[in-house]
Amino acid sequence: MTLAATATAPEQVAARRDARRGLLLTAPALLWCVVFFVLPFATMLVWSFYSGGGPGEGSLGLDNYRRFFTDASYTSALRYSLEVTLIVTVLSVLLAFPLAWAIATQVRPDRQRLWLMLAVLPFWTSYVVRSYAWLLVLSPDGVVNQTLMTLRLITEPLELSFHRATTVTGFVHFFVMLCTLTIYASLSRIDPRLQLAAADMGASGWQTFWRITLPLAAPGIASGAFLTFVVTIGDFVTPQILGGNNELLLPQIAMLQITRRGDIPMAAALSVVMVLCVSAAYLLLARWITGARR
Amino acid sequence: MRTGWKAALTRTLVLGPLFVFIYLPVAVLVLFSFHDGMVPVPPFEGPSLQWYERLLSSDRFTNAAWASVVVALASSALATLLATLAAWGLARHRVPGRRWIEGLMLLPLAVSYLVVGLGLLVAFSAVGVGKSLWAAGIGHVVLNLPLAFVVVLGQFDTQQARLERAARDLGASESQVFWRITVPQLRSAILAAFLLCVTFSWDEFIVAFLLSAFDPTLPVVILSMLRTGLNPQTNAAGTLVFVLSLLAAVLFELLIKKRGPSEPTGR
Repeated sequence: MTLAATATAPEQVAARRDARRGLLLTAPALLWCVVFFVLPFATMLVWSFYSGGGPGEGSLGLDNYRRFFTDASYTSALRYSLEVTLIVTVLSVLLAFPLAWAIATQVRPDRQRLWLMLAVLPFWTSYVVRSYAWLLVLSPDGVVNQTLMTLRLITEPLELSFHRATTVTGFVHFFVMLCTLTIYASLSRIDPRLQLAAADMGASGWQTFWRITLPLAAPGIASGAFLTFVVTIGDFVTPQILGGNNELLLPQIAMLQITRRGDIPMAAALSVVMVLCVSAAYLLLARWITGARR
Repeated sequence: MRTGWKAALTRTLVLGPLFVFIYLPVAVLVLFSFHDGMVPVPPFEGPSLQWYERLLSSDRFTNAAWASVVVALASSALATLLATLAAWGLARHRVPGRRWIEGLMLLPLAVSYLVVGLGLLVAFSAVGVGKSLWAAGIGHVVLNLPLAFVVVLGQFDTQQARLERAARDLGASESQVFWRITVPQLRSAILAAFLLCVTFSWDEFIVAFLLSAFDPTLPVVILSMLRTGLNPQTNAAGTLVFVLSLLAAVLFELLIKKRGPSEPTGR
């Protein structure tokens, strides 16, 4: 502030020219973002308020949203989606934490990067293929059933595919890897002297963990959880391949509006609901996520 | 830090089961792509390359692979170019409202791919643009722009700013500075961003499915292959996609500038 007040005229001119150059360089990317992301989203928002075939054919109103909250097939899809997403988020963090912790504390520092890379290698399988691979593993003649039968733990193959649990398994597999990356990033930044200091002052191992390690790892946990939430609630492929037909999730219902019914306004309304869910999750986790940037 | 057998035991107990969980599907996928039989379930017989031969002689697969590669390369190149210019603008100039610009650039990361795809579908049909690989490519640029932006912006540092200032002091024009100092210095970061975009784009299903019409990309074809049930040919297709993505990912890892050991991910 004081700098600007005392700045001489040529400096101000230079600053303005500098700002203009910066904006000019940023402009193409911003323009792309606005034209192909912000405007389409706004269009979709408008369409979600039309019933029938969209502007020109249907009438403006809250019909789609009224249908969403009164029709059981939509409300149950929302409930299933939220349940699956929450289960996936919690399980992914619970499994990723020990993995990230073991790499950050039980592996020699010069080998940690290699172990981390190994832990997330299958991340690079295409997600269509990854879901298919779980079908292979969990099919009635698949590896899991055959192993259990050889061990004589079961006599008949278990029905492992096409359940909610199958969808959850496919999701958790992917997000354990993602959360391991974000949690490791937080854990590896903790100064080990903090834990030593806590121990010196008489804290037990558990106390140190709960009061030093876990709070400092919170940004990594929160950002991993948020990413998991965003992708899970909007993913069509995983439940479509693994989940069977009993419980359709929001993205599946949205795709049905397009491929079967040609009801784009309803699909738009469903997308808006998904975005609202993501915004709610962000508001809940924002405290810890923004903590990561400081 | 614990040392010796205690650490080794903890490592095995914690990492062992988790690594089995992480690697099981991939191992089964790859192994049974070499299966000499009709259904990819144990016991394994073979090895045989027959499924790869059938796959590579199928026009549907090779056409889709070609479409995917073209869309991935073109959309990633454009996304990386736009992201590099934007990162340069923000890192080297005092731009008012910088936080807002960054926020807008990163916004597509916070909505799911389905929402991006649907938005474009609605907008394109409103202005009468038909479905095509071009439309899918435009969608992929939207998805990849924030990723490339984050990667490139993270690699601008003060050392480089000094070089650029020196070039300017010696009378270089802005475009000379960009092409002769910035780009060569950032070459590996730019290439890394490009590779990351390629791996995401050529794997992407939902946007490609919603926006392309008669020339499906690889993930769309692979999903339709699933309708025939478990089939070693799908394993072969999945293995090929995995190996190519992995190569790009390893290159990405090697290209990204290593930070000091205390700060492995940078900030």
